[in-house]
Amino acid sequence: MAPAPQTDTAPFVADMILIRDHRDRQAFARLFAHFAPRVKGFLMKSGTEAGVAEDCAQDVMVTVWNKAHLFDPSRASVATWVFTIARNRRIDLARRDRRPEPEDLGWGPEPEAAQDDTVVLQQETEQLAEALASLPDRQRELIEKCYFGDLSHREIADVTGLPLGTIKSRIRLALDKLRHAMG
Amino acid sequence: MPWGDGMTIKHHLTENLLMGYAAGTLPEAFNLVVASHVSMCDTCRAALESYEALGGAVLESRGVDLADDGLAACLARLDDAPVADRPAPVRPVPGALPAPLRDYIGGDIDAIRWRPVGGGVKQAILPTSDAASARLLFIPAGAAVPDHGHRGMELTMVLQGAFADETDHFGRGDVEIADEELEHTPVADIGADCICLAATDAPLRFRSLIPRLLQPFLKI
Repeated sequence: MAPAPQTDTAPFVADMILIRDHRDRQAFARLFAHFAPRVKGFLMKSGTEAGVAEDCAQDVMVTVWNKAHLFDPSRASVATWVFTIARNRRIDLARRDRRPEPEDLGWGPEPEAAQDDTVVLQQETEQLAEALASLPDRQRELIEKCYFGDLSHREIADVTGLPLGTIKSRIRLALDKLRHAMG
Repeated sequence: MPWGDGMTIKHHLTENLLMGYAAGTLPEAFNLVVASHVSMCDTCRAALESYEALGGAVLESRGVDLADDGLAACLARLDDAPVADRPAPVRPVPGALPAPLRDYIGGDIDAIRWRPVGGGVKQAILPTSDAASARLLFIPAGAAVPDHGHRGMELTMVLQGAFADETDHFGRGDVEIADEELEHTPVADIGADCICLAATDAPLRFRSLIPRLLQPFLKI
């Protein structure tokens, strides 16, 4: 199977597919070069000491490899997916709480997820990143603090009013399509 | 899907609760309410996915240097076994309660170990970290939970039946978010016994003496 061409709108999706289907270590090395430093940085900004953050960044990347079959490009960008793994690792590290997850959707990751859904999701993710980057510094830093765990859930209320737009998500897309079909 | 389209849900999670869940900064008991509600509510699931995407964008923004041998050390830990051999995610069997909650109970409604708290009201404490507490509440049809206020934030999600208080009416899947401002007396609808999941980050404040005296024993 020829790998899908890497496109700007879906960075690293092709590498994830290569890892999933062919256990491709070169694709993994590309993901590692991009994401491991970012995961380490994320954990350090969340208050983790550098040495521990380095080890945990490795754990997160091993999880990316081990759980590649669960990645669904029509529901999350690679960055989003890596973020959720890093976040869960941080929760383990800090509190050893259990992390209740929502019930999985009936449709689950499909081998042939609709190409349209993937493109739309990846584009919207890109737009969200651009919206974040174009915020005034103070507002952007406030949002970053939320994700680094520097703000309590009460303080987060000040942030959620910011004009960021949202991902439509596969669920909303599916509902939209349904309405179109019925309309 | 066991829960239908969630279109009947009127009272949703707030954006800050969804963002806190996405960021991983909520107490475990609140996470349980968010995960349970999102299991039933497509609107909040879509919003949650947006907040996780925002987390991805924050992660993307910049990194720090790694140790020189980082990649080699990581490659040495990879297992080449094909992922096809790994178990696919198991879709939870439909139940009366959302799957994340069933995990905490160790079963569905019939597995809940209720303790009476007076007036026919029963509760079951769920094991979570101390930052906030979670419990299931059983309110017999037509009965009331004693009038109480809140020191912190209390989330109450309806799992079966419905209740009404001074503010509104709450049906299956709805979440009432109460804070210091709200003093209320939830009353279950006549039609059916009401079961709720309640989480709070501070002890409740009862107005009358008897529930207040019982509070240490009830752990609420």
